[in-house]
Amino acid sequence: MPETDDVILELKDITKAYSGIVALKKADLKLRRGAVNVLVGENGAGKSTMMRIIAGVERPTLGEIWMDGERIQLNSPADAVRHGIGIVFQELNLFGNLSVAENIFATREITRGLRGIDHKAQVEKANEFLNRLEAGISADTLAEDLPIGQQQLVEIARAVSLDTRILIMDEPTSALSAAEVDVLFRVIADLKARGVAIVYISHRLEELMRIGDYITVLKDGQITGHAMVKDIDTRWIVRSMIGSDAKDFAKQVEHEPGEEVFRTENICLPRAQGGYAVDHVSIGVRKGEILGIYGLMGAGRSELFECIMGRHEHYTGKIFVEGDELKGRDTTRRIREGLALIPEDRQREGLVQSMSIADNLSMASLGQFLKAGFHIDLKLEKSAIMEAIRNLSIKAKNPDFDVTSMSGGNQQKVVIGKALMTGPKVLLMDEPSRGIDVGAKADVFRTMRRLAGEGLAILFSTSDLEEVMALSDRIAVMSNGRLVTVVDRRDATEEMIVSASAEGHKTKRMHA
Amino acid sequence: MTTATQTAATGNHLSTGAALLTLMKLRTFIALFAVIIFFSIFAPNFLSTANMILMSKHATQNAFLAIGMTFVIITGGIDLSVGSIVGLCGMIAGGLIMYGVALPLGYTVYFNIVEVAIIVMVVGILIGAINGLLITRLNVAPFIATLGTLYVARGMALLYSDGQTLPNLTGREDLGNQGFSYLGSGSILGLPVSVWILIVVALGAAYFARFVPLGRHIFAVGGNERASRMSGIRVNRVKMFVYMFSGFCAAIVGLIISSELMASHPATGTNLELNAIAAAVLGGTSMSGGRGTIGGTIIGAFVIGILSDGLVMMGVSSFWQMVIKGLVIIVAVVVDQAQRRLQQRVTLMQMAKAG
Ligand SMILES: Nc1ncnc2c1ncn2[C@@H]1O[C@H](COP(=O)(O)OP(=O)(O)OP(=O)(O)O)[C@@H](O)[C@H]1O
Ligand SMILES: [Mg+2]
Repeated sequence: MPETDDVILELKDITKAYSGIVALKKADLKLRRGAVNVLVGENGAGKSTMMRIIAGVERPTLGEIWMDGERIQLNSPADAVRHGIGIVFQELNLFGNLSVAENIFATREITRGLRGIDHKAQVEKANEFLNRLEAGISADTLAEDLPIGQQQLVEIARAVSLDTRILIMDEPTSALSAAEVDVLFRVIADLKARGVAIVYISHRLEELMRIGDYITVLKDGQITGHAMVKDIDTRWIVRSMIGSDAKDFAKQVEHEPGEEVFRTENICLPRAQGGYAVDHVSIGVRKGEILGIYGLMGAGRSELFECIMGRHEHYTGKIFVEGDELKGRDTTRRIREGLALIPEDRQREGLVQSMSIADNLSMASLGQFLKAGFHIDLKLEKSAIMEAIRNLSIKAKNPDFDVTSMSGGNQQKVVIGKALMTGPKVLLMDEPSRGIDVGAKADVFRTMRRLAGEGLAILFSTSDLEEVMALSDRIAVMSNGRLVTVVDRRDATEEMIVSASAEGHKTKRMHA
Repeated sequence: MTTATQTAATGNHLSTGAALLTLMKLRTFIALFAVIIFFSIFAPNFLSTANMILMSKHATQNAFLAIGMTFVIITGGIDLSVGSIVGLCGMIAGGLIMYGVALPLGYTVYFNIVEVAIIVMVVGILIGAINGLLITRLNVAPFIATLGTLYVARGMALLYSDGQTLPNLTGREDLGNQGFSYLGSGSILGLPVSVWILIVVALGAAYFARFVPLGRHIFAVGGNERASRMSGIRVNRVKMFVYMFSGFCAAIVGLIISSELMASHPATGTNLELNAIAAAVLGGTSMSGGRGTIGGTIIGAFVIGILSDGLVMMGVSSFWQMVIKGLVIIVAVVVDQAQRRLQQRVTLMQMAKAG
């Protein structure tokens, strides 16, 4: 393989140990200038750990870091910034109580001497970066008011604005849909042309093939493969990642859906700025049916799910489960009535970071393990937890470890497991495959199929076209809050779905 | 830990690290033994039965408050009002015994001791409920809400008797309200009654935290309120509960102190909330919520109780006592941090061994 010597940063023999786990074992990595260096590996392989070391967030237990032929120490994120290293973390890292502009310029505020921060200039410059990403975000909104996809764009804008020599992107597109990914790739190409070394991590293999130049495979904390992207295909990636070919998740168990168990009528959620986030959505799901909801960012899928779970005080419309209308606006009651939601934002809404893996799994379903009405039977609980861990192949060495000690993808599986353990009649899954590797995706999809086969009604949202085509019995397309169309999978074509998903957006983009 | 199978030569380093780690995990326990050993050498009569009983009584008071405080802190809150609730509840107990409750038409109702105790506990729970309502319904920050009730309750305790002590709570035979002293001075099988009550409450709380859904939810709410809500946990109900329980614990302490002294003084319990917080933190409760154990808290309460009593017995000035107490709390937290770092190193050594 032709190896250019244009190496900007090199990790040598890096080992990183956490309590009870060794995340990296003598790993070497070379990052090349003006190239996209792709890093792949299963959930928990050590990708994020390696990146956190380069970004100065974690210190390697053993090993050396070399930059431009000199050994360097990265003891803090500030050190890394000084060496021209920027990162988009896998988990969102914004100050929710600050504006987008303030987030982008945090720690390097634009000041006017003694008169303090020049907010106007910050907003203007921030808008410039955001426009480059075609984010459609105004820089003076509060970060916490943005949906997760847009928050991810803000993170990217911040990293790009740093003007770094090395830019690490740890799953930057996990909450983005196709349109935003295209824009991001244009920005990456531009950075590449300017000689920036880019590190790109993603579980979406076709993205890697499109954007990557060099690819490095990590397995259980060790480097197991290295190649140029032009010499390989996705099968090579899968094989070197999990050691075998991908399991086929599309295999359908044919069964006829039963009667309708879930229906919404005219769900409306007004937006604060006027207009509707969810615009008169009426939709029904039958027993044993998987309904995929496709849409681009801002289509209103998450908001629809939140209305169904009673999260929003001021939505209107009716929701029925097995023909009974659900009253009130109370999430606890909705869960008792047979609904469950896997939220999109696992850190803020899915996990309790201070609790163990086991406690996170069982926290929503403790009522099922009761004796005498109040006493939790620990044995019963434990066996249910172990079953969930097995069913979803969660990589948990010990269920009593903290949930944050697991890799991002495994945390996602815990959130899925928690919802499944409540034994719902209707399951709402908001981007359930966010951040999980190909093998795990197959596990989750097989679980979804099995549950549908057992009579569960599933609504899942996704921005992944392939996924929605492969997994759904019926496909609904949402755009700008409206339900544009619902088609049977057998009648659906990709073109049809893509054009439907863009319908409401065209007019909106022009306004923006 | 797999130290058993290792040869002495290679396993030496590792087992030192592992042993140190175990030591650190047991640090609250070790602190407890350390203070006991230290004072049994340097404080005369420290190990005498009489002194032991006296000290356990003092520590018990801290422990009750600290149990309530632990739950509150685990939810991510704080309860500054417990010391004042102790004072107010003590005054109400004294008032009920001495004066009863005056009804219109000139009647006065007197309650027997059990009824008095129940009324006082209900008052404690109600004050806790007020804290809870302020925090959940009116969205007042816990620090502010309970700071407010701290002043209000203390003021009410002072108003109750115009600042005077209610002495001689022996009750009267004709009113059938004698026997108040049993709570503070009685003993069963050689252990003070208050210690027995503590054992019951502590075991109950520990059981509750592990085996009852509401108890588990306390940890979830403190760890991530939003995720708890999305998982169907009734967050407000959990918070109401912890403040009410904290009020209940404070009421018990109010009863015990009045009973011990056979008098109620409106300033009783001043600053006890700080002891309770210190005991919880010493026992490993995280001030940022989500983590803590009842067992740790009890040990923490005893460390603080024994430390203050021991220093008094050694004749250390009360100014120095404060300095030492402060240092102990700081050291405890520092050790907590050191433990995390050490844990990493031990893992690495274990890995190196495994190859
Ligand atoms: N703070 C921590 N404490 C203990 N263990 C940790 C910690 N962070 C990561 N680990 C462990 O290190 C290993 C590597 O995790 P890492 O997050 O790097 O995986 P990843 O390759 O990024 O996976 P994913 O694709 O799921 O994001 C995992 O086994 C994880 O459990
Ligand atoms: Mg990761």
